[in-house]
Amino acid sequence: MAKSKSAYSVPGKIGKIERHIIVVWVDNEAGVLARIAGLFSGRGYNIESLAVAEVDKKKHISRITIVTEGTPQVIEQINLQLKKLVPVHKVADFKRGEKDILFRELALFKILGNPKKIEKVKKICKKFNPVVLDKTNKSVVIQVTALRAEIDKLALDLKSLGLISTSRTGAVAMTKGPKIFN
Amino acid sequence: MPKLLSGAEIVFKALEDQKVEYIFGYPGGAVLPIYDELKNHKSIKHILARHEQGAGHSAEGYARSSGKPGVLLVTSGPGATNAVTALTDAYMDSVPLVCISGQVPTHLIGTDAFQECDTTGITRPCTKHNWLVKDVNDLSRVLHLAFEVATTGRPGPVLVDIPKDIQFKKGKYKFFKNTLKKKLNGKATHKISNTELDKFIDLIKKSSKPIFYTGGGVINSGPEASKYLRELVSLTGFPITSTLQGLGAYPGDDPQFLGMLGMHGTYEANNAMHDCDLMINIGARFDDRITGKVDEFSPRSKKIHVDIDPSSIGKNIKVDLAIVSDVTELLKSLIKRFKEKNKNFVNSNKQKTSKWWEQIGKWREKKSLNFINSDKIIKPQHAVQRLYELTKNQDTFITTEVGQHQMWAAQHYKFNKPNRWMTSGGLGTMGYGLPAAIGVQIANPGKLVVDIAGEASVLMTMQEMSTAVQYRLPIKIFILNNEYMGMVRQWQELLHEKNYSESYTAALPDFVKLAESYGCVGIRAKTPDELDEKIKEMINIDKPVIFDCVVDKAENCFPMIPSGKPHNQMILGPEEEEEISDEGKILV
Repeated sequence: MAKSKSAYSVPGKIGKIERHIIVVWVDNEAGVLARIAGLFSGRGYNIESLAVAEVDKKKHISRITIVTEGTPQVIEQINLQLKKLVPVHKVADFKRGEKDILFRELALFKILGNPKKIEKVKKICKKFNPVVLDKTNKSVVIQVTALRAEIDKLALDLKSLGLISTSRTGAVAMTKGPKIFN
Repeated sequence: MPKLLSGAEIVFKALEDQKVEYIFGYPGGAVLPIYDELKNHKSIKHILARHEQGAGHSAEGYARSSGKPGVLLVTSGPGATNAVTALTDAYMDSVPLVCISGQVPTHLIGTDAFQECDTTGITRPCTKHNWLVKDVNDLSRVLHLAFEVATTGRPGPVLVDIPKDIQFKKGKYKFFKNTLKKKLNGKATHKISNTELDKFIDLIKKSSKPIFYTGGGVINSGPEASKYLRELVSLTGFPITSTLQGLGAYPGDDPQFLGMLGMHGTYEANNAMHDCDLMINIGARFDDRITGKVDEFSPRSKKIHVDIDPSSIGKNIKVDLAIVSDVTELLKSLIKRFKEKNKNFVNSNKQKTSKWWEQIGKWREKKSLNFINSDKIIKPQHAVQRLYELTKNQDTFITTEVGQHQMWAAQHYKFNKPNRWMTSGGLGTMGYGLPAAIGVQIANPGKLVVDIAGEASVLMTMQEMSTAVQYRLPIKIFILNNEYMGMVRQWQELLHEKNYSESYTAALPDFVKLAESYGCVGIRAKTPDELDEKIKEMINIDKPVIFDCVVDKAENCFPMIPSGKPHNQMILGPEEEEEISDEGKILV
């Protein structure tokens, strides 16, 4: 059969893929995460990471931070479709690499090794706000906060030093300076 | 302290306060408390369908012909899953529906109880929003919010799932009044700026090859929108074409109307869309059946897009001027501003668009809707034309099923008023027309309601004839019977080397006898000679009628844009059938 040249599903020119961080404020009610996730899967969008937690206990507002990839047209659709959902209050959208936005991810590493090795581990983690959460003479659990690529690299470096378990969050984001997301 | 009401009472109180007159539904274990309460509310009449899908389409037909939301009441489990097709249909075609479903008692949720299903989970992608009510004191707020969400912005279906114990429990009732009308998706309101209007008018004035492309948004905006559309089209003197869902917003027999556009649209409408220098899209959504090949869609035009749904703008086609607005509001302010500064525009601009009209005239000469008639066998197009001629002098409502007959109805039946044409366009649901006709007839007693049907489609919801008979709804089921799933057969002929795989229906019922068994009237027409008399007979019977119109089995629906081709490459008739490329064949 000839190669698909669908008039409907494949656009002639696919735009450049960009990575965006989308922040969504939602009512923290049953099923709200399923609505957001369902919108992404149903329309063929991609979720790279996701961070959700209630940020306003009184009004029951949760803040969801989604890292996604897509062409500018797809990113625009994601924003517009999210805004249509009833429990969504507002949506903010940032391109990865924008200057006045801060991003952070948190990771927990469990490393096995003698105290000497563990000292070495701490040294490697130094730049990324390491906190030792648990320590025995055979193991350590270290918390770091950094950017995704930094954590990726760190995990790679720690492998040879006895890293046996990694737990990571999705990215969270905030604007620099006094202004807040509109 | 206010009197406490049971959940079931709250449901009816809310329906009364929303001025609901009809509910379409089907009872079952998990909604029995609500059905028990029905007898105490005389202003609300329940229409018992024979299948929840039928109830759903009836509610859609009611909504689309009356402009009011349709209300659907079903039980848990299979009741809810049967309603899913109708909800999805309403979602795609922007029909306001409120579906109330029963659910197993809260303490049984999640235990795989009898007739339990995750109704809100299943209907999440096919509703604007849905709710599972776990506290009876939330019920009145949720029900009123449901009506608000269904009817504001781009209308659509919503679902409220009520566990059986909540229907029994006593709680407070409060009327939450809809405060903001026509809000955008029930949210932010957009104010149309003069800058936008001036840009709009500027594009109109600069254009020498303009076209209006209008859709279902005009109908959904209410009858005012159609009135303003007619005024704007006559003020500008521009040609206008309409999508399937927009038919009736502009008179079908007006000389400025080029007919429907799209895959089975007219030659003049599609060519004008392709060659225009200004496309004014009002309430349409650049659907794939309209655009054909996106890359080659109207390559040289400036495009204006007016839509109430912000996510419809820029989804498929990039536009030069986007206005998020309700159609009525936009047209009202546009016409006002246009008239202020452009006196007698239609005459002063005539010169500028004269060449364009000349070109359109040439396209029209192709007479793309023509077909070779016969005096021996009824051609389906001829049957629709005769039906039109014999019913055009009364206020007639047409519904359809999905397939060839639907396209022939759209091509050959001319609509002059909005809300007279109910067809499943987005989802393409076979079996839509018959139950929809029931809802239309309920909303419009005494009016002529005809379902132009195909024999394959109509069998999918044929059981609803029993509903029509029960409520004495004199709907007319006008079946263009070619014994094939005609559109499937046509695609197989044109795209699959005439391998008619499973598209022929053997052992069809005798529709005349079937009608009689339901207690309605059956009529059969076999030759062109007897067609007119039989149609008149059908119109004059004050009972439901199944009309078995035996038509040419091999007729194809033309013109047609083959998949994979741009607008200006249409197949006009049987002699051009060989033109579909291999690439075109694999598209849907």
